[in-house]
Amino acid sequence: MEGVLEPSLYTVKAILILDNDGERLLAKYYDDTYPTVREQKAFEKNLFNKTHKSDSEIALLEGLTVVYKGNVDLFFYVIGSAHENELMLMSVLTCVYDSVNLLLRKNVEKRILLRNIDSVFLIIDEIVDGGVIMQVDGCNVLDQIATRGDDIPLTEQTISQVLQSAKDQIKWSLLK
Amino acid sequence: MPIGRKDKDEEGGGNPFSYIERTAVLQEARIFQQTPINPRKCCEILTKIIYLINQGEVISTTEATETFFAMTKLFQSSDVIMRRMCYLTIKEMSKMTENAFIVTQSLTKDMNGREDIFRAAAVRALCAITDSSTLQGIERYMKQAIVDKVPSVSSAALVSSFHLSKGAHDVVKRWINEVQESCSNDNIMVQYHALGLLYHLRKKDRLATSKMVAKFMKSGLKSPFAYCMLIRIASKLLEEEDSGHDSPAFDFIESCLRNKHELVIYEAASAIVNMPNCTARELAPAVSVLQGFISSPKPSMRYAGAKTLSKVAMKHPSAVTACNLDLENLITDVNRSIATLAITTLLKTGSESSVDRLMKQITSFMSEISDEFKVVVVRAISALCQKYPRKHAVMMNYLSSMLRDEGGFDYKKAIVECIIAILEESPESKESGLSHLCEFIEDCEHTVLATKIIHLLGREGPKTLNPSKYIRFIYNRVILEDEAVRAAAVSALARFGAQCEDLLPSILSLLHHSMMDEDDEVRDRATFYYHTLAQKQKVLNSAYILNGLTVSLSGLERCLQNYLKEVSEEPFNMKSVPLQAIATEETKTAIAPTVRKTKEKTPASRQEMYAEQLSRIPEFKVLGNLFKSSEALELTETETEYVVRCVKHTFDKHIVLQFDCTNTLNDQILENVTVQVEAGDGFEVIAYVPCLCLKYNQPGVTYACVAIPEEDPTEVTTTLSCVMKFVVKDCDPNTGEADDDGYEDEYPLEDVDITVADHVHKVIKPNFGAAWEEVGDENELEDTYALSTVNTLQDAVKNIVKYLGMQACDRSDNVPEGKSAHTLTLAGVYRGGHSVLARAKLVLKDGVTMQLTVRSSDDVAAQVITSAVG
Repeated sequence: MEGVLEPSLYTVKAILILDNDGERLLAKYYDDTYPTVREQKAFEKNLFNKTHKSDSEIALLEGLTVVYKGNVDLFFYVIGSAHENELMLMSVLTCVYDSVNLLLRKNVEKRILLRNIDSVFLIIDEIVDGGVIMQVDGCNVLDQIATRGDDIPLTEQTISQVLQSAKDQIKWSLLK
Repeated sequence: MPIGRKDKDEEGGGNPFSYIERTAVLQEARIFQQTPINPRKCCEILTKIIYLINQGEVISTTEATETFFAMTKLFQSSDVIMRRMCYLTIKEMSKMTENAFIVTQSLTKDMNGREDIFRAAAVRALCAITDSSTLQGIERYMKQAIVDKVPSVSSAALVSSFHLSKGAHDVVKRWINEVQESCSNDNIMVQYHALGLLYHLRKKDRLATSKMVAKFMKSGLKSPFAYCMLIRIASKLLEEEDSGHDSPAFDFIESCLRNKHELVIYEAASAIVNMPNCTARELAPAVSVLQGFISSPKPSMRYAGAKTLSKVAMKHPSAVTACNLDLENLITDVNRSIATLAITTLLKTGSESSVDRLMKQITSFMSEISDEFKVVVVRAISALCQKYPRKHAVMMNYLSSMLRDEGGFDYKKAIVECIIAILEESPESKESGLSHLCEFIEDCEHTVLATKIIHLLGREGPKTLNPSKYIRFIYNRVILEDEAVRAAAVSALARFGAQCEDLLPSILSLLHHSMMDEDDEVRDRATFYYHTLAQKQKVLNSAYILNGLTVSLSGLERCLQNYLKEVSEEPFNMKSVPLQAIATEETKTAIAPTVRKTKEKTPASRQEMYAEQLSRIPEFKVLGNLFKSSEALELTETETEYVVRCVKHTFDKHIVLQFDCTNTLNDQILENVTVQVEAGDGFEVIAYVPCLCLKYNQPGVTYACVAIPEEDPTEVTTTLSCVMKFVVKDCDPNTGEADDDGYEDEYPLEDVDITVADHVHKVIKPNFGAAWEEVGDENELEDTYALSTVNTLQDAVKNIVKYLGMQACDRSDNVPEGKSAHTLTLAGVYRGGHSVLARAKLVLKDGVTMQLTVRSSDDVAAQVITSAVG
């Protein structure tokens, strides 16, 4: 019957991190919705075109529910069935983003992310295993993986990061 | 992870991995073998490998195996990050090599080791390289891990077991006690995973599942995720049980609407909305929490709320009206998906006056939304057209502009179906609708849609004021398209030629061109139509072009096979072929695509089933082919001792009454059951076929065959009184063993009426006018009647169709509102294969007055039909 979900632990169909050209930085597909690399890339292209301009968090695409979040030059996506509980997918996305944010000490940016891509792989692996949600708390995720203690010095922050953090601060001060 | 190539970083758009290459990386992997191990360097290489796999690079089996062997060495170092990367690499590469088991030992050690940080990941990596054959070796460790006190280990073990149960269900099932224990774990994720696995292992066993649900409903859960799972299981149980909503499972789901987690609240609300046959009262609490969702600041919450409300609006538009104000706020939402959902929901629930405003709003961002939503919009428009016929013209404009936009097959199909539904409903929109469709097929890549539209043009085009303008569009298809479209176009052209005399010469020359087509089907059609049209005889045109065959195709196949089996001098008789049964209520499905796929079983198959059953009874062999079977009539009340239903089968000169009897008494067996029929009016019972034994609750069939009087062929109606006669034997309700002796008894049944409709089969004549001319006025009868018992034209039409048993043509069974006169056209085939047509002119004036004109190829048929009313 349409709309009624088979009770199953399988929740997430894919997690993606794309850059601001729509290029794949990280992609995990957990089922056979897009079995070949070509189909996956076609989907990612369509997905990026439909989402990179609007900052609207959720969309229905090719019969799938997509929740997403963009930040400077990175786009995070969590994809599930159209009948899936959207809030559940959202909690996965939030966890992915929070963990990465914690890992990169708020410098969520392509260059820094790539420098720490090994830890990002581990984070995704801790959050979803084979389509099953493992963890939705960013702090717990970071506890599970060990990180190297090398600091990112302030000098390494690029103009865009500074701008972004300045923007955030202004936004927060306005909201208060 | 500093890679130390900073200059290159900048060149490659900041991506240090953009230059790496598979073979080079795998070469580098050789340093895994060096001692001492350099964790940083090795880690870097492992990252590159994972990155390559992640990009979709294919690594061959040999390469993977080599890497695996090299990697065994890395377990000597205890560097935390490197070990974690090893696990990940093992998982990623596990399916690429058959030798993955070589790391089993190391992983088992880590899994049972002291370092908690390794254990969970080791469990998952180990299960990734384990299959059903090697699973037994680690079974002991898995059982321990499931109940481990460290939550991450327990979760890892549960989820890995869930993955493994696909191939090794029976092994995993042995761990059910451990899984059950974990269900009461305090950690929210462990509880969720345990519940999910437990259900998965037990779902085949309904009783165990419902016990499990009952237990957790009582004890409650900690984890919101586990709650969602439980809600899904409970609603699945409700659906299977199909009992009312008074069960504890429904109460549980409803109580979850008051949970403190939004996740759970939403899951419960959407479970209630998705339940079949929910009443408005049961929906109300779910709708009110969803109303809260759509005013949330979070887009995903608004989306979830709007999506679920739009589902409610499909079935219970009135239940959503309360949310209309909140939905109005969403129509300018920056998230177009949310705006679309809100607008389509409002279109279903709002009033006629708001339609224009909403449509204007939605067309402004139609290009920004995905195809799925466009289809949703079209469906909403389609539903709207049904509700407000006055909006047809406005809607047609929107639809035509949507048809011109980009879009996939499903989207275009939805639009085309919607336009066709509109132009069939409202004559005013017909011309504009047709011209929009013409424009569309000029540039249409979907064969199915093109043929559908061309067929429609062939049917509707010739009736318009200026038919010639459609010829160009159709002929362009003949030149440009593939075979299927060309064939359809040729057929459509022939229809124009048959109906518009002034166009005939041009049509003939167009068809002449197609007679040289390279495709067989197109050529055959063109040749056939060309020569038929060249005769310039209306009768031929009507019979072979406009109204086609009305027989059932499978019936025709069977008759032809039988004909070929026995050598016969006589030519094949088309009149002996069973007619195509007409599915009723088909017209409505086109306009409301959501209600489709309910009844796929067509009446055609039902009649064939009867024909098959009857032909197996030797007594009925001589009767010939089955002409028509009626619907089943109840001859008893439903709650009585014996339930009898009757189906009337009409043959050429006989009627066979089929009585389906059911014995509802479990302490009786009936034997030798017959239904005695008392005939009158010249009807004569000529044979009975008894049902030898009728056991409790096992339906049995008995037949009676009645001959239709031949002296007076117009005498075709009568009332037959029926009594069921049988021998009763008492029996033991438990064993079903009957006593030896019984006694005779009888049971009165209700009368069976033989009506005119039993002698008439419905057929569709796509072009009534042509068929009317074809039959001619040789056997025309006309009479005027006053139908005093009916007060509206629609009722009159309904009654006439029922009495005559004929098919209404040209949608004339729909009386436009507010009219005081109406013409109903009917087509049918009378017993013996004579076609009958009737035209009833109805006028509403103190009751309904009807002038009925009947034409038939047989004068008896015409007389019978004329006498049916009155």
